Amino acid sequence: MSASTLRSHSDSDSLVLRHNTVARSLRAELYRLRAWPAMWATVGTWFLLAMVFGYVFPYVSYTTGTAGFSTEGEPTEALLRSVLPESIPDVLVQGTPLFGGALVLVLGALIAGNGYSWGTWKTVFTHGRLRPTIGALLALAVIVAAMVVVTAVLCTIVSVSLAAIESQPLTMPSADALLRSAGTAYLVFMMWGTIGFALCTYARSAALSVGLGLVWTLVVENLLRGVGSALQLVEDVTAFLPGTAAGSLVGAVTGGGDGTPGVVDVISGPRALITVTAYIVVAVVTTGVLVRSRDVN
Amino acid sequence: MTEDTRITTTDPPGRVPSTGTDTVVETSALTKRYGDRAAVDAVDMTVRRGEIYGFLGPNGAGKTTTLRMILGLIRPTSGTVRVLGRPAGSREASASTGALIEGPGFFPYLSGRANLRTLARHRGLSDRSVEEVLARVGLVDRGGDAYKSYSLGMKQRLGVAAALLGDPELIVLDEPTNGLDPSGMADMRALIVELARSGHTVILSSHLLGEVQEICDRVGVIANGRLVRESTVSTLLGDAVLKVRGTPVHRVVSIASDLAGENGFEIDGDSVLLDLPPDRAPEVVRALVAEDVDVSSIGPAERTLEDVFFEMTTASTPMKGA
Repeated sequence: MSASTLRSHSDSDSLVLRHNTVARSLRAELYRLRAWPAMWATVGTWFLLAMVFGYVFPYVSYTTGTAGFSTEGEPTEALLRSVLPESIPDVLVQGTPLFGGALVLVLGALIAGNGYSWGTWKTVFTHGRLRPTIGALLALAVIVAAMVVVTAVLCTIVSVSLAAIESQPLTMPSADALLRSAGTAYLVFMMWGTIGFALCTYARSAALSVGLGLVWTLVVENLLRGVGSALQLVEDVTAFLPGTAAGSLVGAVTGGGDGTPGVVDVISGPRALITVTAYIVVAVVTTGVLVRSRDVN
Repeated sequence: MTEDTRITTTDPPGRVPSTGTDTVVETSALTKRYGDRAAVDAVDMTVRRGEIYGFLGPNGAGKTTTLRMILGLIRPTSGTVRVLGRPAGSREASASTGALIEGPGFFPYLSGRANLRTLARHRGLSDRSVEEVLARVGLVDRGGDAYKSYSLGMKQRLGVAAALLGDPELIVLDEPTNGLDPSGMADMRALIVELARSGHTVILSSHLLGEVQEICDRVGVIANGRLVRESTVSTLLGDAVLKVRGTPVHRVVSIASDLAGENGFEIDGDSVLLDLPPDRAPEVVRALVAEDVDVSSIGPAERTLEDVFFEMTTASTPMKGA
């Protein structure tokens, strides 16, 4: 057997082993995360808020004829349409740029961060650093995927029920629209989740990164957008920020910034898609570089 | 086929095939600097296969930094560390190493068993291996309890169990008896001795010098980042000296100076320690009696590791203002 063939076999064996070890770390991370009350509390809060803002408030406004801040200015017919099955794609994504993203940022930061405060990364990193970190990032990706799927199921159950209660025709959204919406929700969640993970890896503290991340997502970007309307330079910079990209991507799916908090139409859909994807890549690469290069104290 | 390929494809996760060398850990001019301060300074340390190596030093001397470099958790500023012939932190070296460093680190909301299962899954080990290590540290019955409910001693034992997962060849234990009651300490010592007997190599860092003297084969003493001594315990303790009690003491001292030299004796309370082998006791007695010294007692005296440790670390620790 030639040396090059041997090397090729060795490389492929090594690749298989690396794949297996990452899969093992993914299993390990999911095993410990599923028993973590903080994870369920964060995910459960998303489900609750998504249903409250997506269905409860609009439906109450529709039935009572009153308007809250999330339903203000919407005609009655539009309110009813927004809670029927045809609007599932809109409801699925509309909460992701603001409170959904903030919650997943917290989730990403918690998954990465508590390992530093409890000293568990020190224990795990004794047997390699990058593979457990990739396993934790993949666990985040799996949890986010489950969040999107479960949200879609909840939206379907609630909207079909409301359609039945209101005796409305059952018009389901197209598979294409549903997939586009689910994909958008997934990307926006992953952007904020990986940013939270990277922030926490940098700070090695969940509390600090959660605090900074939330202030950024909920306050700073909104302020900058406000200032940007007066200052061209700030407006140009704002167009590259993660919140703007996430809001614009969702806006492209739902048909523009319709007053839903966090949903904007500052940049085009394709540009927003590229920006969101770039943030995910940068956050993951930054995490990998930090974990590999820094000492574990 | 290269040795690397054999390792990655055929061997179980816990063991790397022997490299044929008796050296398990070898550091060469190992240095870690933080700014201008050298936490570890040019340390040449050798740990041999199957031995219990006691790693001693005062707080802040550089013990844990050195151990972390051996585990690949900290990168040296300069110098090298090889573990089982591989660079520290490499997959092959890590696969054969288990460690408890600066206290156990576990998820508080998981049980002890679930914590170990998480670690086992990361490394592709079975749940059976978890039960085996729980049994070795006596935690089978409490394995299902939440880690946050454990006592300090139980947490420490779980940390040791994590270090034993996968039956690694090299086990690094930093203060493993911290928080254990006397019975737990005795059990831990017995476990460490048993590990060495069954072919494992153990690096034991401990402040309990009696414990180190009792079970370690060799010791390395680090002070101010430098390895000031590395040898077998018996060599470190040196030969027994002669301990003499007699009056008047100044005559005993004068004779001690004549026989052992000016630097060959020291006064220890009402006794004088002569740096002479015990078989020269008759000669010493004759000299004392000839000078009208009333000899109360004479006999061999062995130094303890604690004596030696304080001598070395005090000598190498600069005094304030010096």
